[in-house]
Amino acid sequence: MKNLKVKNIYIHIILIAVSLLSVFPFIWLISTSLKGPDENIFAYPPAIIPSDFTFANYSGVWKKVDFIAYFVNSMIVAGGTVLLNLILSAMAGYPLARMEFKGKKIAFFSILATIMIPFQAIMLPVYLITLKLHLVDSVNNFAGYVGLIMPFAVSAFGIFLMRQAFLGIPKEMEEAAIVDGCNVWQVFTRVLIPMVKPSLAVLAIFTFIGSWGEFLWPSIVLTKESMYTLPVGVNNLQGMFSSNWRFIAAGSILATIPIVIFFLAMQRYFISGENEGAVKG
Amino acid sequence: MDYSNNIYHPVFAGLENYVKLFRSPVFYKVLWNTFLYLFVAVPVLAVFPLFVAILINQKIRGVTLYKILIYLPVIVSIVVAAIAFKWLYAERGILNYIVTSLGLKPVGWLTSPEWALYSVIIVTIWKGIGYYMIIYLAALMSVPKELYEACDIDGANFLTKHLTVTIPHIMPTIALVTIISAISAMKVFAEIYVMTKGGPLNSSKTIVYYIYERAFENLDLGYASAMAVVLLVIVMIFSLINIFCFERNKYQV
Repeated sequence: MKNLKVKNIYIHIILIAVSLLSVFPFIWLISTSLKGPDENIFAYPPAIIPSDFTFANYSGVWKKVDFIAYFVNSMIVAGGTVLLNLILSAMAGYPLARMEFKGKKIAFFSILATIMIPFQAIMLPVYLITLKLHLVDSVNNFAGYVGLIMPFAVSAFGIFLMRQAFLGIPKEMEEAAIVDGCNVWQVFTRVLIPMVKPSLAVLAIFTFIGSWGEFLWPSIVLTKESMYTLPVGVNNLQGMFSSNWRFIAAGSILATIPIVIFFLAMQRYFISGENEGAVKG
Repeated sequence: MDYSNNIYHPVFAGLENYVKLFRSPVFYKVLWNTFLYLFVAVPVLAVFPLFVAILINQKIRGVTLYKILIYLPVIVSIVVAAIAFKWLYAERGILNYIVTSLGLKPVGWLTSPEWALYSVIIVTIWKGIGYYMIIYLAALMSVPKELYEACDIDGANFLTKHLTVTIPHIMPTIALVTIISAISAMKVFAEIYVMTKGGPLNSSKTIVYYIYERAFENLDLGYASAMAVVLLVIVMIFSLINIFCFERNKYQV
């Protein structure tokens, strides 16, 4: 027993070290963001606890950068992406799980094949299509949002997740509903959708995180600062405040708060291990 | 296609872009960097998160807190993570403080061609640990407890227990993590864009960043597309291995 306790102490020491390494970059950023002008942020030895403690960097960066706009843009894009993914994945997953139709195999394998194609490899044609459809923010804001959402409106991953969920429902459920006089659409919306809610929740959460953090695509298509999503806005802080690390740090932390709250609220979906592999590589 | 005159009216260029690509020393440099990225990041991401997962899987207190803290980098925007590391890597930053207090010369983490790529790789690794740890934790749950009990009776120590029971049992997951992390290493972009822009002297430029640069800064969409096809082929090979070896059952018609 004593041996076990000693072993556990070693385990705790290692895990505390790994946890510290995981959060230290953020702690150092927070520390820098709280240091006032009278404190040298390049001081050796570095001080974790600010001696000239202030929130002035936060209010300063808040006044210069429209975080609310970035946040709203991110919400619109992530919200729209999630909504479209839920609707389209469920509507594509159901026939693949339950219906018999000509070309089902072809449809199935065509969708499967898209898993192999990374977005980075097709972003150039996608960009040209988006331009030609005038779905860019230089046309108007709505077109800009649509252009940000469309390439990610549905994914093979989502379709397979929903197909698996529909496969898990006993066929008798549908038969009973049909006997009761439901048509196919009613079976789908009133009987099956409520039963696959857990899978829809998983899809929603992981799509949201993916869309919220997306950086490559918005940085390609966005031209107007008022349309920036949070990651693009944060990257832009570097240009705006060139070497004012107090402001860059404060802005980065401000932009991170919403997603950390979301993560803590939904943490069981992320760390329970049941949804392993749910986030796209 | 040759887009150099007008983005809306490209001219057919045959294989010209591919010829240009395969004659360009920068392209080989970029390809080499990308594979270097892969060779450094993938082994670490296949092994270290497994080690952490095994430790977390012991019956100890505070597991949820550890998991939350280690998973945090996964959830935070890569842009913020890259900025946080850029600050650690600053010329008079905290890492150089540690280096100089050990009596060594300060390192140009992001400014010297020898170090820049590795400094960026560290960010990718740091951000991936929590994600792969959770995948491993799910796999560890499936290892039958009886096997560990048998080990305890035989008096096996911590190391032999995991070498003889855990690792053989979750070999498929280790292979899966290797493939997923290899695919995502092929696709790195944001870290490089935020931290080094591929420099200095192309030393930290990888394929997706180079595609972006050629397409949207040099407006050479044809050349960039030829490169995108190379990327596509490489990632497809990895994906095919993945699908045929590990995920076959998931995708039965």
